[in-house]
Amino acid sequence: MSALYLLIFASLIVALGFLGAFIWSVRRGHFDDDYTPSVRILLDDNPEDTN
Amino acid sequence: MSTFSYSKNDTQTSHTCYHCGEDCKDEVLHTDNHTFCCEGCVLVYDLLKESDLCRYYTIDGAQGISPDPGFFNGKFDYLDLPEVASKLIEFTDGKLTAVNWYLPKMHCSSCIWLLEHLYRLNAAVRSSVVNFPEKKVRITFESSQIPLSALATLLTRIGYEPYLSLDDLEGKQKQKWNRVRIYKIGIAGFAFGNIMMLSFPEYFNLGQNTTDQDLRLLFGALNFALSLPVLFYCAADFFKSAWSALKGRYLNIDAPIALALLCVFLLSLYQFIFQTDPGYFDSFAGAVFFMLIGRYFQDKTYAGIAFDRDYKSYFPVAVSVLNVDTETRKPITELQKGDQILVRNEELIPADAVLKSAKALIDYSFVTGEAEPVERTKGDTIYAGGKQKGTAIELEVLQRVSQSYLTQLWNNEAFSKEKDDPNQTLAGRINRYFSLTVLGIAVVTFLVWFFVLNNPETAFLAFTTTLLVACPCALLLSSTFTNGNLLSLFGKNRFYPKNAHTIERLSHIDTVVFDKTGTITLSDDAVIDYVGRDLDMDELTIIKTLAVQSSHPLSRLIVKHLPGIAVSRRALTGFTEVAGKGMRALWGKTEVKIGSASWVGAKLDEGEVNRNSEVFVSINEQVTGQFTIKSKYRPELAETIVALKKAGIQTFLLSGDKPTDQEYLTGIFGDASAIYFEQKPQEKLDFIRDLQNWGGNVLMVGDGLNDAGALRQSNVGLAVSDDINNFSPACDAIVEGVQLSLLPAYIRLAKSGQRIIKQSFAISLLYNIAGLSFAVTGALSPVIAAILMPLSSITIVAFTTAASNIAAGRATRKVTNVINAQV
Repeated sequence: MSALYLLIFASLIVALGFLGAFIWSVRRGHFDDDYTPSVRILLDDNPEDTN
Repeated sequence: MSTFSYSKNDTQTSHTCYHCGEDCKDEVLHTDNHTFCCEGCVLVYDLLKESDLCRYYTIDGAQGISPDPGFFNGKFDYLDLPEVASKLIEFTDGKLTAVNWYLPKMHCSSCIWLLEHLYRLNAAVRSSVVNFPEKKVRITFESSQIPLSALATLLTRIGYEPYLSLDDLEGKQKQKWNRVRIYKIGIAGFAFGNIMMLSFPEYFNLGQNTTDQDLRLLFGALNFALSLPVLFYCAADFFKSAWSALKGRYLNIDAPIALALLCVFLLSLYQFIFQTDPGYFDSFAGAVFFMLIGRYFQDKTYAGIAFDRDYKSYFPVAVSVLNVDTETRKPITELQKGDQILVRNEELIPADAVLKSAKALIDYSFVTGEAEPVERTKGDTIYAGGKQKGTAIELEVLQRVSQSYLTQLWNNEAFSKEKDDPNQTLAGRINRYFSLTVLGIAVVTFLVWFFVLNNPETAFLAFTTTLLVACPCALLLSSTFTNGNLLSLFGKNRFYPKNAHTIERLSHIDTVVFDKTGTITLSDDAVIDYVGRDLDMDELTIIKTLAVQSSHPLSRLIVKHLPGIAVSRRALTGFTEVAGKGMRALWGKTEVKIGSASWVGAKLDEGEVNRNSEVFVSINEQVTGQFTIKSKYRPELAETIVALKKAGIQTFLLSGDKPTDQEYLTGIFGDASAIYFEQKPQEKLDFIRDLQNWGGNVLMVGDGLNDAGALRQSNVGLAVSDDINNFSPACDAIVEGVQLSLLPAYIRLAKSGQRIIKQSFAISLLYNIAGLSFAVTGALSPVIAAILMPLSSITIVAFTTAASNIAAGRATRKVTNVINAQV
């Protein structure tokens, strides 16, 4: 059953990794604005010269 | 009486401005085959074209903003003062500097595009990132290349003037509560998921041999470790709020939650230490997780509306100070007694001061509600809060900003009093008895099992399951979700209550008090009649051209009233405006005067008491006639009052104005005794207090600072605004002007909301009784209890959401039908 201990800790470390990633993303402001990026991606940087 | 005799020019086609999309009312300007309504719009267009930013116009069409004509060079010079700059700058490393500014004019995706391409307008801007929901832009720039003032000027020139308030200068930064909240939800969710996973063996009855015992211990220890951050970090707000309530000697909604959480945690800890049971760490973490999510959604609805502004946000940030011929800009927080200040047209007077110029025309509508400006002469004391109309004036400051009149009004006890009496909220009341009852049942169950039946094992089990099954979070959720959903439903109908408590107080309203100016009258429209000899096209053109020059509200209304008339600036010479009197100019060789009776030399009829504003016109010393300007009432007013009366609600009118339109208003309000004129802000406040002392639950409908005291004193202070970013800080709710007729529906919806909360309480009570009857007998396993709890919560959430949506649909439809039937 000792494999179980190893697995449990491995799974916890993976989970903590995801928690860390989550905290990092909040800290970098990924959740500050859930609207603007959806608009920004649709706006082309270079104006088309057709009109 | 004759009306206007001009005929609409049929050949004239309407033009819309390429920049701002407005109809070109005056002169039509042509540039690059596009039409523009004013010089300001052309300037912005040229600026954008120079930097090849014309794609701005192809994203959402003509969405531009005409720049503020009141802008003058040097307006933002004070930003370069080191003590001001240091408070506005978010970050700097000496080379690169970042600011995060609020731009209230931001409104569409074109705005996002343009603001994120600022670097093309000025190479010193490294990057600019928009946060649209908060209407903020974070600009990183090279501080050596472009000073802060130039950056603010750049934004103003393209129409997006940054909003800088005194709070920014005093260094108050908005908390980043939003992120903290997300951290808490994330960590609670993480703990909840992992504890659940580690509890799986327990759910499925792990074997009982010795190796399993070790595993059991490990799982228990891990669960305990995982629940620690939940207790000390995620749930901290519940404990803090419960503790502050206990210190104030009352129980709030967080008190039973904190108690239940603490009980469950301590019990689990006890069971873990003595190895009697695996504990209920999973339920503990889950409850915190779900409640945090509920609160997050409740608050998120309102993130866009900043209710935390106070009177200071209405004041200018800086003012021009005169120092022996030189003019400098100084932050008003540093204004000292004896400073000579210069206040321009339309600027707010920031501090009590003595007038040094010959004459001033002060608009006190901000403070008293009186729409017409008053004249002041040299040596008079002018109180803070007035707005100068006309030419710039010089003043000597008497008192520092914080001691001025407005501040005194603001410091009235009504402003500092907190309206949220915990015993007034339905959920709070029910919850208090409920949690006491549940705790009582749990204790009795425990004692009976422990001492009478002598079964300590079952005693602990029954105690825990009782607390768990009857966990008040279903009750909490029912009010949280009903109110949260109602808040967003109200929002869809352009009615923005401050919080859930407001909805509850709204449901008890039995008296509605209206303010007049700007509330039931339209601020930008009026009934204008012209009495006198007929005017021809040329004369109308002259009048409009002259009126356009002035910023006086009456001139603006006259301009608005002559829509089909073109303005021609070419022929106008020798323009002079005397504040408080009128204007004079030459049109070719024709002398034109517009203004008061004495200004143009008109004789007033003796004995005629005139209560309306009048503007006289004379051409070549010949008085041609006068414009009478009456404020126009919101068209829906009559229906609103009728609907309110039908619902059994008393209505009153308080006006700071002179008694105009008394007959008309009496007709609407049905009784002359319900109408009060010439009320000062303090009198309005006292009137509301008297009504409350008589037992009334008063809703005050007002527009801004002049009735701020009354708004705050009332049970619900409703601010009418046509721009939800511009409202009184004292209010509990904002409504858009055109939606005021829906007021009866809003009150009805609030009432339905209270009913829905009661119904969902009943449902969760049924759950609880069923669960409790099993729990006290000790027949309920904790796992089932832990499953039942979220299940009941989900049912409640589904019920309240559906019920409140139906109620909202019904309430608004009924009123719309009533109005349609009457029209």
